Amino acid sequence: MSPHPATLDCVPAPVITATSLVKKYKDFAAVDGLDFEVAPGESFGLLGPNGAGKSTTMRMVGAVSTRTSGTLSILGLDPDQHGPEIRSRLGVVPQQDNLDTELRARDNLIVYGRYFGLPRKQVEKRADELLAFAQLEDRAKAKVDDLSGGMKRRLTIARALINDPRILLLDEPTTGLDPQARHILWDRLFRLKEQGTTLVLTTHYMDEAEQLCDRLIVVDKGKIMAEGSPAELIRKHSSREVLEVRFGSDRNAVVAEQLHGSGERIEVLPDRILVYSDNGEAELERITSAGLQPMTSLVRRSSLEDVFLRLTGRSLIE
Amino acid sequence: MSATPLEEHDTAAILAAGAKPRRFGAFYVMEHKLLGMRAYAQTIVATSIGNPLVYLFALGIGLATLVDQNASGLQGVGYLAFVAPALLASAAVTVAAEEATYPFLLGFKWVPIFYAMNAAPISGRQIASGMYLAMLARIVPTVTIYFVIMLLFGAVPSSLGWLMIPAAALTGLAVATLIGSYSSGVEEDKGQMAMIMRFGVLPMFLFSGTFFPLEQLPVYLQWIGWISPLWHGTELSRVFSYGLEEPIWLTVIHVVYLVGLAAWGWLATQRVVTRRLNK
Ligand SMILES: Nc1ncnc2c1ncn2[C@@H]1O[C@H](COP(=O)(O)OP(=O)(O)OP(=O)(O)O)[C@@H](O)[C@H]1O
Ligand SMILES: [Mg+2]
Repeated sequence: MSPHPATLDCVPAPVITATSLVKKYKDFAAVDGLDFEVAPGESFGLLGPNGAGKSTTMRMVGAVSTRTSGTLSILGLDPDQHGPEIRSRLGVVPQQDNLDTELRARDNLIVYGRYFGLPRKQVEKRADELLAFAQLEDRAKAKVDDLSGGMKRRLTIARALINDPRILLLDEPTTGLDPQARHILWDRLFRLKEQGTTLVLTTHYMDEAEQLCDRLIVVDKGKIMAEGSPAELIRKHSSREVLEVRFGSDRNAVVAEQLHGSGERIEVLPDRILVYSDNGEAELERITSAGLQPMTSLVRRSSLEDVFLRLTGRSLIE
Repeated sequence: MSATPLEEHDTAAILAAGAKPRRFGAFYVMEHKLLGMRAYAQTIVATSIGNPLVYLFALGIGLATLVDQNASGLQGVGYLAFVAPALLASAAVTVAAEEATYPFLLGFKWVPIFYAMNAAPISGRQIASGMYLAMLARIVPTVTIYFVIMLLFGAVPSSLGWLMIPAAALTGLAVATLIGSYSSGVEEDKGQMAMIMRFGVLPMFLFSGTFFPLEQLPVYLQWIGWISPLWHGTELSRVFSYGLEEPIWLTVIHVVYLVGLAAWGWLATQRVVTRRLNK
């Protein structure tokens, strides 16, 4: 058993290291050479559209799916050799809830805690703490099917925390939830982050990535398109502001011809035109004074959505 | 939870944390399944008491009166003693078939708890084992109750009769693992489970010497009995229950056949489950 590679003083050794990570299904590379590291306590995100390879990556990091090639080290161990050991120190929230609907909420946590070899008494105590953390104390005896989507998600997160994991893996934690349920969930995850839990999460929501991730990789077709903190990525790949103008779906393309030269760059979408500039208001003035009257206009700050559009030429949510 | 760097002693702690799940994982899975069965505990208890009562009354008392009037007993015993061990073995097979079909589809697809177990330190092999241990934990009480009710009916002439309990459990296991090795690989139920019941389990009940000796069948149908785990289990139970006279090598074959089938099916299920979890 080799210890973790030596690192410089004060720089904590990464808890996850992947180099040239590849996963192939027959000839198709779902994950096509990813390189990344996650530091302890860090909140790391994989942002990408459907089919980017996010879940496939998460399954390999979760030590349940064997990689095709490349190296992968989780907590200093190779998942090919030490799957159960690694998994005993991970918490996993899968894309699809897989709670046991034949058991009640609290029993789901207890049964799961046993899988880590924890004594029943300890698991029972921890289950009650986690039900409180997930704001589900009054649902302890509820059937899983009677819980709302947001509650099920919170229960799944509570279950993932039963073994006090070193790393929490969250695959699209809030997809399909209404805005209120998402905010409750974000708040819980933020608390974990504050407590120093290492979070690895996938999402195709920019706001989620901006809220929760210290650092992220933008993934498309199994490859990394960019890497950095949300602010860095925006600075590097987009302008400070974006002007959105709409001329009606049939006119956008025609008007776009006349807009060339506006801002740093323009992007023509079917329903609107995006003008990237550090001063959106000034761009709007220039456009209107040229005699072009947009039906609607909006100046906003750049987001990760713009970064993604820039990098791939496609929207993140199709 | 703290954000300390990984040190060598950390690695040792992580390696240690995997020791218990590696050793006891299958038992944790069994524990989980048994807790799930609690939801239908009443049904399970009711059927395991009701079943023997109904069958022993109807066949052992009702039909037996007719049979015993017309034949001077079968294999040297009355019809009740003849049919009861077969019914006991069949009860084990019924539970086995039930536990080896839908629970596997459920765990992979409808309520995908197998993926949850596997995300924890539990391996595919342990999941398969845990499923069969849970099934045994249900079969043993079921056939024990059957045995006790048989005693009350006076249907167990031999003092070795209690050996029917392990014999029936083994029979159930052989059938379960055979079915489970198939159903654990089924991605989508397009009626395969119903087919197993209709064209596998049901004919097995009819052609395994359950209600009449296998020799009563035309020779060209007797092979169904010879390959049927239920026939081997039934004959074994009869040996224990009333000392059915058969050559000792045949008794040995019953045991070897059932053990071999159970071992093969158990390992095959482990392989299928492991392969399927590693996507
Ligand atoms: N078991 C599998 N067999 C074959 N192909 C697979 C398998 N799992 C995933 N894929 C393919 O690999 C690609 C990446 O899938 P993956 O689920 O990792 O994407 P994702 O980024 O999680 O997408 P989503 O946002 O839709 O969850 C997809 O094209 C998918 O069809
Ligand atoms: Mg996914």
